[in-house]
Amino acid sequence: MIEFRDVSKRYPDGTVAVESFSFVVPSHETVVFVGSSGSGKTTLLRMVNRMVDPTSGTVLIDDQDVQQVDKVQLRRSIGYVLQGVGLLPHRTILDNVATVPMLRGVSRAHARKDALGLLDRVGLDRALATRYPSQLSGGQQQRVGVARALAADPNILLMDEPFGAVDPIVRAELQVELRRLQSELGKTTVFVTHDVDEAFKIGDRVVILSAGGRIEQADTPERIVAHPANDFVADFIGARSARRTLRVQDVDGREVVVDGDGRPVGMLAT
Amino acid sequence: MNWLSQNTDLVFDLTLTHLRLSIPPILLSLVLAIAIGYLAHRQRFARGPVLTLTGLLYAVPSLPLFIMIPVVFGTPLRSGSTMIIALTIYGVALLVRSAADAFGSVDRSVHETANAVGFSPWARFWRVELPLAGPVLLAGLRVVAVSTVSLVTVGAVIGIQSLGTLFTDGFQRGIQAEIFTGVILTILVGYLLDTACVWTGRLLMPWTRPRPRTNSRAPLHVPADVAGGAR
Ligand SMILES: Nc1ncnc2c1ncn2[C@@H]1O[C@H](COP(=O)(O)OP(=O)(O)O)[C@@H](O)[C@H]1O
Ligand SMILES: [Mg+2]
Repeated sequence: MIEFRDVSKRYPDGTVAVESFSFVVPSHETVVFVGSSGSGKTTLLRMVNRMVDPTSGTVLIDDQDVQQVDKVQLRRSIGYVLQGVGLLPHRTILDNVATVPMLRGVSRAHARKDALGLLDRVGLDRALATRYPSQLSGGQQQRVGVARALAADPNILLMDEPFGAVDPIVRAELQVELRRLQSELGKTTVFVTHDVDEAFKIGDRVVILSAGGRIEQADTPERIVAHPANDFVADFIGARSARRTLRVQDVDGREVVVDGDGRPVGMLAT
Repeated sequence: MNWLSQNTDLVFDLTLTHLRLSIPPILLSLVLAIAIGYLAHRQRFARGPVLTLTGLLYAVPSLPLFIMIPVVFGTPLRSGSTMIIALTIYGVALLVRSAADAFGSVDRSVHETANAVGFSPWARFWRVELPLAGPVLLAGLRVVAVSTVSLVTVGAVIGIQSLGTLFTDGFQRGIQAEIFTGVILTILVGYLLDTACVWTGRLLMPWTRPRPRTNSRAPLHVPADVAGGAR
């Protein structure tokens, strides 16, 4: 369980990135923070592994204040997929994945063996193990980033727009695989994105943020769609847009779902 | 080349002596330049003064330096130690700026990544910053290596033996073959050490090795069970 207790962050230049943010991420759930660029998502995420220290308020992991945990130890115990992948360019794929276990004192041979298993887990060919990051496609690099975050078998996974830099097809593929991984592993996950569709695909719970890390609505995706809390949320999720205003049309005796423009989306399951 | 065939032992000994005088200052200046360069890189306010001052060391003329070193370090004037200290000072002067630039060439985002996954500052220096600074450091080190090999010969003027002894002796006795031998061998030793730097670099920095251009975008391998679940 991760608890944000009334946290604020003012950067030295005076920017208030987050103001009085409180939220609890329950264990084994995936919570998505979604908001436009600059709404404070990255800042919030980084408070969890102390890449950013709040100016006021506390972040607790399983009721322990993270300020009381050694930064380096804390970071080794939390899986973090960075915005922009962030693989180490001078290490092979295998060694990138094995990085954290090795920092934690696992032997190289053992860490590499586990890393090979993780490549399978995230759907990467073992033949890529000896390559360097620059020799991989964007989508492959993202998978390596996820494998690295999972390598130390952390209880907590932080993901900062992990699929931001890949094309829509690969992105959709990665989203599906992340869901699968989540159902297998059940990590407590905070996922950050500016894409509301991604948030709805991935989150058990979605937190919609406006500037300054203000919570506009926090709920399950279906309840957010059913009851947008205010105009901001309605606009943000495009509640009135054609793709969210679906209806059923009878086509030769079959029930076809069409969007607001009358374009077919699918069929009603029977 | 009659001269050479009669003096192979001497030439061989002097070549070894030359190597013995060249290698320690090259390694010492690398270590010192990494330390000073990293400091200059990390402490913004120190960068300018440190780089300028160390760079100016190169402007100190060698003969006064040879006289100063025994006074400061207590080494005998005509000794290898004096020579090694002098050449280390020149090496540091040449290499500190490269070293600071080398650390500066490491992407900020890599630094951040290293912190985020839990490298301690110490581990980050040794396992991330230093290796990634390697290529730029190596380029600087190659200059220091050949420059040091050449500067060793200057010692012959004050009586420190090296391949330079072949020029001074050759001039005095008017033996052209001896002078030539000295010059050619000095260049060869420089070439040898330069090549050694390059190969050591390839060995220690495998990610910089030129690679055969295979298709870097090999198709994603999706295991059958995943593909089944995914579609
Ligand atoms: N290191 C920093 N120094 C000053 N301002 C920052 C810093 N990091 C982020 N900010 C500012 O804080 C706000 C929130 O940033 P961020 O948390 O990165 O938002 P998001 O991830 O939602 O795009 C932005 O206005 C950004 O410009
Ligand atoms: Mg961000």
